[in-house]
Amino acid sequence: MALDKNDIAKRIAKEVKDGYYVNLGIGIPTLVANYVRTDISVEFQSENGVLGMGPFPFEGEEDADLINAGKQTITTLPGASFFDSAFSFGMIRGQHVDLTILGAMEVSENGDIANWKIPGKMVKGMGGAMDLVASAENIIVAMMHVNKAGESKILKKCSLPLTGVGCVKKVVTELAVLEITPKGFKLLERAPGISVEHIIASTEAELIIEGEIPEMAID
Amino acid sequence: MINKKVNSVQEALHGIEDNMTIMLGGFGLCGIPENSIAELVKKGSKNLTCISNNAGVDDFGLGLLLQQKQIKKMISSYVGENAEFERQMLSGELDVELIPQGTLAERCRAAQAGIPAFFTPAGYGTEVAEGKEVREFNGKMHIMEHAFKADFAIVKAWKGDEAGNLIFKGTARNFNPCMCGAGKITIAEVEELLPAGSLNPNEIHIPGILIQRIFKGDKFEKRIEQRTTRKKA
Repeated sequence: MALDKNDIAKRIAKEVKDGYYVNLGIGIPTLVANYVRTDISVEFQSENGVLGMGPFPFEGEEDADLINAGKQTITTLPGASFFDSAFSFGMIRGQHVDLTILGAMEVSENGDIANWKIPGKMVKGMGGAMDLVASAENIIVAMMHVNKAGESKILKKCSLPLTGVGCVKKVVTELAVLEITPKGFKLLERAPGISVEHIIASTEAELIIEGEIPEMAID
Repeated sequence: MINKKVNSVQEALHGIEDNMTIMLGGFGLCGIPENSIAELVKKGSKNLTCISNNAGVDDFGLGLLLQQKQIKKMISSYVGENAEFERQMLSGELDVELIPQGTLAERCRAAQAGIPAFFTPAGYGTEVAEGKEVREFNGKMHIMEHAFKADFAIVKAWKGDEAGNLIFKGTARNFNPCMCGAGKITIAEVEELLPAGSLNPNEIHIPGILIQRIFKGDKFEKRIEQRTTRKKA
């Protein structure tokens, strides 16, 4: 069975380690916060200027002056802090954030990522994504393996305008966990019940496959 | 104490004319100078170049200036929430420069701090880098970005005093501190305007030297863009 968005988030949550400061992008990455182990200490950063983000507020307790980068109302946890946008991106470019998790439209085998523009169709802007991918040491992409037309988004070369070059380290999709190595995509894990052949057929890029590929643990 | 207080939004915005470049604080609809934007709509200034992270929504924030076709060019990082914006951009009525959010913030801060240009890795290898000087530092490629030049910067703060000192609240801080002093004239609109000496100097985020005019906004609607909540267990 291919994973759903929550399962992808669950799998990525396993990459979040004790003591990490983590920046979560919009979409599937936001869900990761729901599945991080409760026995470890982690702080979530939102690039609009908060560290120590908490869950959504209870109804009636929303504060217009307290939102995340997706413009959603949020809360803060004990130890939280606020700062301005230049400082926030200083924190990001200065590599003080341990892990960045973001979505993508395409990822290529050399770690390029495209996620901000479809020429002639969608131009929303890059937001903070270009700063994040150019600076972070540890970038995990959460995305669907194929687009709505069934075409692979895991490519030899990105076709859309790039957000960053040679930056992605790991990709988690509904079908697989892939690592980007100097030789290209290496298949690390497969979704429960999904065959290696299915993954190969759904992937435009070449896959490096060594030995038995284990199933993802998502619980 | 040098008094920066003006008595009305009209007085605060005095001197804003057609064809000027204006920086406006805020992230989405959070921490935007909403009283100043409403006055700019009334004033009817045209052909403005606006530097702001977002462009508001169709009927609030900078979206109000877009509706009246007062903006010639937008410099932003993300404009996804605004259908009128998209329409004007695709039809070619509106000139748009999209730049990475951290670069936007740093170009404001550089203007504030007298740094003419800087190098950042953001955008290297993408269309953002086209035509820009590229240099390698510590084995990594960077592109040169310039400080903004703006006629006016308009920011919103939570509390201010007559000396122009500012304190921001929550994530309504965002781009506002970076834009103070980044335009030839900086206007601060505040929710609470206090006599000098009322704010603890230890708690001031931005000192009044960067502010030329400060006024108390009449009303703050503080619209929420994405109201997300959880149920009480």
